[in-house]
Amino acid sequence: MAYSFPEEVLEYVFAFLSSHKDRNAVSLVCKSWYEIERWCRRRIFIGNCYAVSPQIVIRRFPEVRAVKIKGKPHFADFNLVPEGWGAYVYPWISAMVRSYPWLEEIKLKRMVVTDESLELLSKSFKNFKVLVLSSCEGFTTDGLASIAANCRNLRELDLRECEVEDLSGHWLSHFPDNFTSLVSLNMSCLGSEVSFSALERLVSRCPNLRTLRLNRAVPVEKLPNLLRRAPQLVEFGTGAYSAENQTDIFSNLVEAFSGCKHLKSLSGFWDVDPAYLPAMYYACTGITSLNLSNATVQSPDLVELIIQCPNLKCLWVLDYIEDAGLKALPSYCKDLQELRVFPSDPYGAEPNVSLTEQGLVTVSAGCPKLQSVLYFCRQMSNAALITIARNRPNLIRFRLCIIDPQAPDYLTLEPLDTGFGAIVEHCKELLRLSMSGLLTDRVFEYIGTHAKKLEMLSIAFAGDSDLGLHNVLSGCESLRKLEIMDCPFGDKALLANAAKLETMRSLWMSSCSVRRCPSSNVEVMDERGHPDSRPETCPVEKLYIYRTVAGPRVDKPNFVWTMDEDAVLRLS
Amino acid sequence: MEKTPDKISSSSEKNEVLNLKETELRLGLPGSEFLDKKATGFSLFGKDLKDENNKNIFSGAKRVFSDAIDGSNKWGLCTNRGSEVDLGKNDVLFSPRGANGGVKNTNILQSSHPAKEVPPQPVEGKKDENGSTASKAQVVGWPPIRSLHKNRLTTNLSRNNDVKGKSESSCLYVKVSMDGAPYLRKVDLKTYCSYAELSSALEKMFSCFTIGQYASHGLRGKEDLNECHLMDLLDRSEYVLTYEDKDGDWMLVGDVPWEMFTDMCKRLRIMKGSEASGLAPRVIEKCKSQN
Repeated sequence: MAYSFPEEVLEYVFAFLSSHKDRNAVSLVCKSWYEIERWCRRRIFIGNCYAVSPQIVIRRFPEVRAVKIKGKPHFADFNLVPEGWGAYVYPWISAMVRSYPWLEEIKLKRMVVTDESLELLSKSFKNFKVLVLSSCEGFTTDGLASIAANCRNLRELDLRECEVEDLSGHWLSHFPDNFTSLVSLNMSCLGSEVSFSALERLVSRCPNLRTLRLNRAVPVEKLPNLLRRAPQLVEFGTGAYSAENQTDIFSNLVEAFSGCKHLKSLSGFWDVDPAYLPAMYYACTGITSLNLSNATVQSPDLVELIIQCPNLKCLWVLDYIEDAGLKALPSYCKDLQELRVFPSDPYGAEPNVSLTEQGLVTVSAGCPKLQSVLYFCRQMSNAALITIARNRPNLIRFRLCIIDPQAPDYLTLEPLDTGFGAIVEHCKELLRLSMSGLLTDRVFEYIGTHAKKLEMLSIAFAGDSDLGLHNVLSGCESLRKLEIMDCPFGDKALLANAAKLETMRSLWMSSCSVRRCPSSNVEVMDERGHPDSRPETCPVEKLYIYRTVAGPRVDKPNFVWTMDEDAVLRLS
Repeated sequence: MEKTPDKISSSSEKNEVLNLKETELRLGLPGSEFLDKKATGFSLFGKDLKDENNKNIFSGAKRVFSDAIDGSNKWGLCTNRGSEVDLGKNDVLFSPRGANGGVKNTNILQSSHPAKEVPPQPVEGKKDENGSTASKAQVVGWPPIRSLHKNRLTTNLSRNNDVKGKSESSCLYVKVSMDGAPYLRKVDLKTYCSYAELSSALEKMFSCFTIGQYASHGLRGKEDLNECHLMDLLDRSEYVLTYEDKDGDWMLVGDVPWEMFTDMCKRLRIMKGSEASGLAPRVIEKCKSQN
């Protein structure tokens, strides 16, 4: 059946589709749409670097300009994935160097990046513009020097919470004098001091600089120099925010901040001296995002700053804010959409601040746009969770971490099943949920019944039996990522829901009771030896199941076993 | 007076008396009671069949690693049984082993030192001997906090607890020389929070230079290692740890608070006791009186 749309028209229409889901859907319509789409796709997203090989990607999409790849499972953030597990970017870069000479953008998350990779990419992609490394590791500041020296058209260099071996601050001085294209620089995770004069000159000659996130080593007295040279900044992260008593620092800061009329985001704030916080007040009216997760100051000082930001949408703060501080949010920051409260002393046996479930309840009641929550606290009740759920049915992300594993409802001493049940029942658009506290199989019944849009679920120390896991796997239609630690789930639920696993990106189970693995493409991490070498009754340490078209890994370390060596290639 | 139960001659009754079962060096992590059931217990992460009826899987049977944490000092692992070496009071410069200086928060076996050492006491919610409430034994991966965030808090917390001598730089490398050693070493004073940690780290670094003597003298079956450190026993001569301060004077390590010391120290020298007369007369006398 012929139809009259020329390819060019279709290509033009497809160019309006930016979402990967839409692009994927379009490519399934028919063979010719598949062909047209694959030639014009410029941006690809690979959610699991082992789900597909570089060769397969390149074969299908020959004209890519931007890649985003994720590596290790999320629990790697909490030291649950042993060193040397994998997620090396080098094979990707070396393959792309051959096939995508015009590549402009690389965004990586939880991958191992070496200096060699960075040097290769800096020398091979002539039009390279954007490098974003989130939670990556394996490289040193020498790698950054290659990027600075060789990427003549670089716009963004964004190192988010990376573990960089910091040999020196000299890398920054490698940006050539005629380099002026920088738009975004985030070096907040680096330790050593860069040459301040090099930094000043860089900032001065890059008129398009919008984002500058400094590292802790930049002292507060240097900030005015930088801000004066970049009044167009939209996102700014300070270094250490305190100094020996020098009165003119404060006035310089005030002057500099008031010159920045476009600031929307502030971060940094290591070593805060509260006396310097008011210097920012003039810049606060436009602020929509405030990251105070390094600011170890007390509640009144935090509140003083926060209430200067009436347009605040996103607040990250330590629990020093306390319930009293959170109470201020509904009155002053009515537009708040995202709240993250981190623990200042997570390992202390006793609470060091007065932050309880009440703080969250208050914010949920008074901030109608609140949709994303990450909250660490030490006590919770079903009543509070039910109230939160009723107040905020528009929640999309709800991550609650009660510090004490298996802590029950502190008022009734019951499990928190009904509380979380209320969350999934009322918040029909919930995409991501992390639970904690005392939870039985019952909560999984609620989740399986109600959480139909849920895409990512994180569970720890919860449930009684395989029935819990079974309810989740059979009920959560949209589930893509499931991560479980220390729950009494075993083989039965996995075997009964093997087909479900193929619709998901990945499943992580550590310290559970899984003994036999349900299907191929299963990785078992066990540093004690091959799973078969131990008694049948002995559970595996860690299980990571993911769908893949790439077959078994070729870069496995010696503590990872793929359970079926003759893995059948299946199309996803 | 420092006492380390001598593990060489440790008898099981001694273990019980001092309740050292938990700190006994075994393959596996303290607090993991299932280790007793295994013949060879090399089991880092795994756990045996869990008691299905026991909901409270956190009650000590979990794989844990211990961090003896006291309030201000996140990595301040106690030397034996919780008491910090108080270098102001006695002249111990190298502590009898007990501390794993600055061991990182990773889920590996506790860094092992030769068999006679006592790993730090795992603290499970009980008060340690300093009287401060120690934190619970930790489960790997819980609470779900990123290491970067943890490290930020650590340094912030210690700074907020009135730590003097806040330095702008992120590391503080000083040279360490030892009399008789063919080459020097460098240590980053910022990675330690106490004299105990520093001395144990130095011991580790320089123990290779005394191994020959160790082998020839053999192990000593002393009941108590008193404040004369390990190398003393082996070598029959004192080593004294000294440092050069900002004025260029050579000082005995241990007199001033730790933070002040890190500010003032420019280099370290492990001096032979025979040369140390005038610096630490009491140390020499004490050891002489034993011999």
